[in-house]
Amino acid sequence: MREIRIHGRGGQGAVTLAELVCHAAINEGKYAQSMPSFGPERRGAPVLAFLRISDEHIKIRAEVITPDVVVVLDPGLLNITDVTSGLKSGGTVLINTKKSIDEIRSKFGVESRLGVVNAVEIARETLGVPITNTTMIGALLKATKIVKKDSLIEPLKHRFGPIADKNIKAMNRAFDETTIEEV
Amino acid sequence: MTKRVGLEGSFAVSEAVRMADVDVLSAYPITPQTHIVERLSEMVADGDLDAEFICVESEHSAMSACVGASAAGARVFTCTAGQGLELMHEVLYIPSSMRLPVVAVVANRALSSPLSVWGDHSDAMAVRDIGWVQIFAENVQQAYDLTLCAYRIAEDKDVLFPAMVHLDGFHLSHVIEPVILPDQRQVDDFIPEFEYPFALNPDKPVSMGCYGPPYIYTEAKKSQNVAFESSRKIVSKAWGEFEGIFERSYLPVESYRTEDADVILLVMGSFAETAMLAIDRMRKEGKKVGLARLRLWRPFPFDEIRKAVKGAKLLVVLDRCISFGYGGPVCSELRSAFYREKNRPDIVSFIGGLGGRDITIDQYEYMIKRGKEISENGSEEEFEMIGVRQ
Amino acid sequence: MLSWKDLELGSIVTEPGNASAYKTGDWRSNKPIRDQSKCIKCGLCYIYCPDAAVELSKAGNYETNYFYCKGCGICANECPRGALTMIVEEE
Repeated sequence: MREIRIHGRGGQGAVTLAELVCHAAINEGKYAQSMPSFGPERRGAPVLAFLRISDEHIKIRAEVITPDVVVVLDPGLLNITDVTSGLKSGGTVLINTKKSIDEIRSKFGVESRLGVVNAVEIARETLGVPITNTTMIGALLKATKIVKKDSLIEPLKHRFGPIADKNIKAMNRAFDETTIEEV
Repeated sequence: MTKRVGLEGSFAVSEAVRMADVDVLSAYPITPQTHIVERLSEMVADGDLDAEFICVESEHSAMSACVGASAAGARVFTCTAGQGLELMHEVLYIPSSMRLPVVAVVANRALSSPLSVWGDHSDAMAVRDIGWVQIFAENVQQAYDLTLCAYRIAEDKDVLFPAMVHLDGFHLSHVIEPVILPDQRQVDDFIPEFEYPFALNPDKPVSMGCYGPPYIYTEAKKSQNVAFESSRKIVSKAWGEFEGIFERSYLPVESYRTEDADVILLVMGSFAETAMLAIDRMRKEGKKVGLARLRLWRPFPFDEIRKAVKGAKLLVVLDRCISFGYGGPVCSELRSAFYREKNRPDIVSFIGGLGGRDITIDQYEYMIKRGKEISENGSEEEFEMIGVRQ
Repeated sequence: MLSWKDLELGSIVTEPGNASAYKTGDWRSNKPIRDQSKCIKCGLCYIYCPDAAVELSKAGNYETNYFYCKGCGICANECPRGALTMIVEEE
């Protein structure tokens, strides 16, 4: 089982990211579970979403506290949250940032396997809005291969209808543009 | 054709209600039940469900509308949570004493104050005595299955009592998991069209909910309880039929690795599967521990729980509710159920998971270990609270 | 007296209108007496009677049904011709 924690702000689509990848995994015949950080929705407030993907029925029903992968939708969160909290050894952190891997490592002390992508730029250019959740799916898939990229097409179409294609494009661009540094 | 899809717990319930072809819906939205109502009202608006959606100003009215519609012979549904169930409380006794097969789903939520929209079993425990069949779900598939079962049970001519399915707020209502959805024909076979024997009809008038002076009230309650007790065997029969059609089985009390167990942990609802992971870990270390869950809460499964725990020296009970000045309500009932047994296990009480607090695998393991210590050395406290900051 | 086994599902009453078998005439301490010679058949006693205990006979006269009349006196109060008088119920 792989456990993923998504850091975002209310309104940025962290929960939707978890749900879309969850649906993709289930459609592949895998077991998956997505859950929001429960509670009332608060636009702008730091929020978490959780995702588990496994080859067996998932029994645990609690927040992810020791993730294999952390996805950060908003670079500003790095200043106020320890996004690497509980990260398993060998884990991966994926950040939407225009900073380089070296800058992130030196400024925030991230020592794990690290991936960066300028998801805001991609989202602005592709979607016209700086909502980075579907873009960051591209980074997640490149770094983990947790589901096939094609498996996202159906959930994205179901969720976004006429604007699904733009989201698919944003995901594909991030898949290509994400830089990953192994450790 | 059955299909396997990812569904949020709330949407799984809505899908079960749609496939049960409900006639009348009435509900008032409240977190964490809101998604169920939203999805159902969408289904009605889109024409995917041919039902009347009665918009109401409160849960009290929602249940009142369900009572009226059910008395007229309709298949009805409502859902609520926490404070909403409390506001509904007064009316909950009416369908059970009038023998109306109303079905309700509760996305279990803590009670104020402090204001909490998060999950625990305080709302469920406060409606213990309403005379409804009450069932707890542990995962999203079960939330779907047990909502269907609620109709099969409630509408059985040998039951005709309302039924309530409890699913943990957020931990089930807001979690997406894979669900196997059956074919519509399977659902139609399982819950065929329903005809209430005394449905309100001007050509065949009856009086429901009459005045009951002292000379008849006791007889009315005796007859209600005898009928309710006898619905216990129909619950098992319905689950047997369910297994025959859908190939998933349910029992009033379900056991996990309890064979030869000295210590059995008992939990209810969505925390059960997480607790299994603690049992697995301890079994790997050679410890003789197991897990039991009360799937059926009312009518209380006395025989099944006694059988499930037979041979164990210790039963460790986790309540997600506190009865102030007493302790855990589930533990209290279990102690009472075992009181007259000759070889009864010791029963130790823990309370945790209040207001949405997670319980970790380590904490389940702690409860089993600490439960043994308390059983051997005694404790000054009636119960211990898990995860509370000192 | 009914045993618990005699009760219908949900203690419902399946005999329509069986409240008519319930005698409320026993509640009466005062009794309305009607002087038909003063009655102008206006029907106000019939309209005002809260228990529908005033009936119109085949002969066209309003008469009190003492099986139901509780002796409230509303009919006597409302009668515009003083055709109804309340007297104490004899033992």
